[in-house]
Amino acid sequence: MLLLRAIGLMLLLTMAGLTPSKAAEADLRASIGKFAAATGFSATEAVVRELAASGDPAVERPLSALADGNLYIRKADSQVFVGKESGDSIELLDPLSGENAAEAAKADLTKIKVNNGLRRVIRDALGTLTLRAKDASVRLAAAMTMFKTPDAANIGPLDAAIAAEIDPGVKALFEQARAASVLVSDKPEADKLAAISVVAARGDRDALSLLTSVEANAEGAVKEAAAAAIGKINSKLALWDAGQNIWYGISLGSVLLLAAIGLAITFGVMGVINMAHGEMVMLGAYTTFVVQQVIRTSFPGLFDWSLVIALPLAFLVAGLVGLAIERGIIRFLYGRPLETLLATWGVSLVLQQAVRTIFGPTNQEVGNPSWMSGSFDVGQLAITWNRLWILAFALAVFGVLLYVMKRTPWGLQMRAVTANRRMAASMGIRTPWVDALTFALGSGIAGIAGVALSQIDNVSPNLGRGYIIDSFMVVVFGGVGNLWGTLVGAFSLGIVNKFLEPYAGAVLGKIVVLVLIILFIQKRPRGLFALKGRAVEA
Amino acid sequence: MRGNFAKITKILSAGVVAAGLLASASAKAAEDTIKVGILHSLSGTMAISETTLKDVMLMLIDEQNAKGGLLGKKLEAVVVDPASNWPLFAEKARELISKDKVAAVFGCWTSVSRKSVLPVFSELDNILFYPVQYEGEESERNVFYTGAAPNQQAIPAVDYLMSADGGSVKRWVLEGTDYVYPRTTNKILEAYLKSKGVPAEDIMVNYTPFGFSDWQTEVSAIKKFGSAGKKTAVVSTVNGDANVPFYKELGNQGVKAEDIPVMAFSVGEEELAGLDTGPLVGHLAAWNYFESIDTPANKKFIDDWHKFIKNDKRTTNDPMEAHYIGFNMWVKAVEKAGTTDPDKVIDAMVGVSVPNLTGGYSTMMPNHHITKPVLIGEIQADGQFETVSQTPGLVMGDEWSDYLPDSKDLISDWRAPLSCGNFNVATGKCGGKGTN
Repeated sequence: MLLLRAIGLMLLLTMAGLTPSKAAEADLRASIGKFAAATGFSATEAVVRELAASGDPAVERPLSALADGNLYIRKADSQVFVGKESGDSIELLDPLSGENAAEAAKADLTKIKVNNGLRRVIRDALGTLTLRAKDASVRLAAAMTMFKTPDAANIGPLDAAIAAEIDPGVKALFEQARAASVLVSDKPEADKLAAISVVAARGDRDALSLLTSVEANAEGAVKEAAAAAIGKINSKLALWDAGQNIWYGISLGSVLLLAAIGLAITFGVMGVINMAHGEMVMLGAYTTFVVQQVIRTSFPGLFDWSLVIALPLAFLVAGLVGLAIERGIIRFLYGRPLETLLATWGVSLVLQQAVRTIFGPTNQEVGNPSWMSGSFDVGQLAITWNRLWILAFALAVFGVLLYVMKRTPWGLQMRAVTANRRMAASMGIRTPWVDALTFALGSGIAGIAGVALSQIDNVSPNLGRGYIIDSFMVVVFGGVGNLWGTLVGAFSLGIVNKFLEPYAGAVLGKIVVLVLIILFIQKRPRGLFALKGRAVEA
Repeated sequence: MRGNFAKITKILSAGVVAAGLLASASAKAAEDTIKVGILHSLSGTMAISETTLKDVMLMLIDEQNAKGGLLGKKLEAVVVDPASNWPLFAEKARELISKDKVAAVFGCWTSVSRKSVLPVFSELDNILFYPVQYEGEESERNVFYTGAAPNQQAIPAVDYLMSADGGSVKRWVLEGTDYVYPRTTNKILEAYLKSKGVPAEDIMVNYTPFGFSDWQTEVSAIKKFGSAGKKTAVVSTVNGDANVPFYKELGNQGVKAEDIPVMAFSVGEEELAGLDTGPLVGHLAAWNYFESIDTPANKKFIDDWHKFIKNDKRTTNDPMEAHYIGFNMWVKAVEKAGTTDPDKVIDAMVGVSVPNLTGGYSTMMPNHHITKPVLIGEIQADGQFETVSQTPGLVMGDEWSDYLPDSKDLISDWRAPLSCGNFNVATGKCGGKGTN
């Protein structure tokens, strides 16, 4: 009951806040009108500060519009409006009420320019103004901003906000923001020491950043406490760093796995040195681009599904091209690895140039669906959604492929042909068709890898080039002809790479990994998981 | 699929037009034309950037022919494809000069391709117009540098970040691709920052390989470096394809321009075309030209470009403007000299002044570099840049950096009587050595 009443009270308060009294509104309008006369960023900033100083929550609309670059001046009468783009013209909204006021062509409006400094000022101003916002996530954002930009003047509003806050998560953040503000104020030492322990409990990079600057400027007990807290946070963060390296390694491993898994079929199972493998990945990525283009122009509502729709299409496109390559070129070259290498390399150049001619040499934009954008935190670890999905996807593809190879008649035929071609042929298996379909399968898998890789890399005709060496490295390292070897190979290379990178740098790290692989291959020429028995000799 | 089909027909028709052009060109070849060489990669890794420059050159030559050609003759473009292969650049350059007898060559993008053709141009005495921002530390008699030298891009960009408008940055990450341009530029920047009193522990330099795509570790290292309680910025000389994954990772890990801005020297409208720029609003780039510049000359240039390429989505960028300036300068110098003879044109070039697209004039200086305005732009949600700062006047390209001990005493002046690209003012001799 108490809770309900509190919510009701807050609603009332915020509603009261949203409809400013007539006199206050006229003042605000006068201030907003000053944007029209402000030339240069510093003049605009002065107007922003004036609006923020009013303390009226109603200024949130014009200020956030300004930060987003949506505040316009009508050239005819120097009136200020919030603009919303609709087609070629711009819909003009009243800056305070948000009601539709008029419409105008772009040429009749001047956009108020913003830069990073101005955006920062607006963000800080909005932080204080949105402390009492209805939406908990807005309050959360406000608390985060205020923590990052501590100011002694914030203590008062924060105290009031803490008293009124009901969400425990937001309240904790408010308290941290207050502590941060106490640290930069001239409050007594005891308050500051308490504040340091509150900030230290937060334990992330922002806290570290704040404490470092406090330590640099303080003296005596406060300096010591800050130094101690920094030490504690640093040792905790070192642990998280190790965890982070493992995660980055796994995520790089999943990309390597995706890129290499098709090659594990064409090179690993069939023994074809397929230099055009990277181009199959590229074809998959371009299929995704075409699918997104069609969706953008014809079915905008389906955008979040674009990748799901692109998957089977990419498999088909790359698979069919693979089939054509096998039937047209590779089948004449079995048993001649050098010729195969040269021929497939030629094919890769042809495919690259074909794509360049059709789509142009520049990068194509492949958008991330909303469920693949952004990141979430696990402790001090920021995990990006796209990497997580790619990991899940790589494992799923691996699982399906394993099932196909081990549990279906087709997989059985494939393995039979690899193990002993003549015996398989004697048993009535049409080995040429099994070859063709196996190659198509490997190419198709590369195609769906392209769908996933289009999310993290650029979609250009050169996309495949970047992955071909890594793919061969993974397959050779893991053991030719063994899918599990590819899995283990990909993840171990990924993790080793990511552990080396912070110490050796990306360039040297890569060199070290290459040298390690060469040494390893000297010791075990057949890779991690070598096939044993007659199959090897065949 | 319809859009695609339209594209294919467009390409086919473009092919037909090109074939027609070639046919008419060969018909006219009998009457004496002036040949212009175009040396840009149309295949391989650099095709992504260089193909556009080939197209813009064809457009400029077409326009000049429509105006009646040059010295009463028609211009004829000779296009070769060095295929992103550095030694092949030298071979193709030789072919253009010896076999096709071109009057001048417009070409190259990467510094290594430029270095590979230098001996050819001085041996056969021809002219190269190089349109890309580069690391400096070079001045050749046969080369005209229409892109930015470090002092026309890198130094003003850093100055902007250090200013109150740019956020009074105190801590610097110099992130680059591992080759000559980023290494030299970062060397100059490091020396410059130190001369401005930035302590060594506030500078982090990091290099990644070409085409690098896994930026997780680098971006989290940047975040870590940025959490030392001082305003931090990234100066990026990351080149080409590696930029898209870099910016995607920045966006995904939530590195906001208000907190840690990234200032890029190799990211233009063309690179952003492959990206959703929503999360990148506010990150910066320093160039001498932006497509968003609002001048009548630029509007005409963009319209002509869209008409020529038959696609009004294609962007324009800084190296395209450099070719625009370079080509017009060459035309003017040839008219001034009254001949296409390279020696006479080289002498006529110095002092030639032509309008640029940003509303002013660019002049060829005695060191074979040009004067340009320096613009700092912030990325907008529509993939364009909005100028937030502009140098008050034109900046003259400085080939030998004043911040490197090896080159600070060197100057270049190709006018008689000095006629030297690396004159050492301390020893008074021609033939000083830079860092390259």
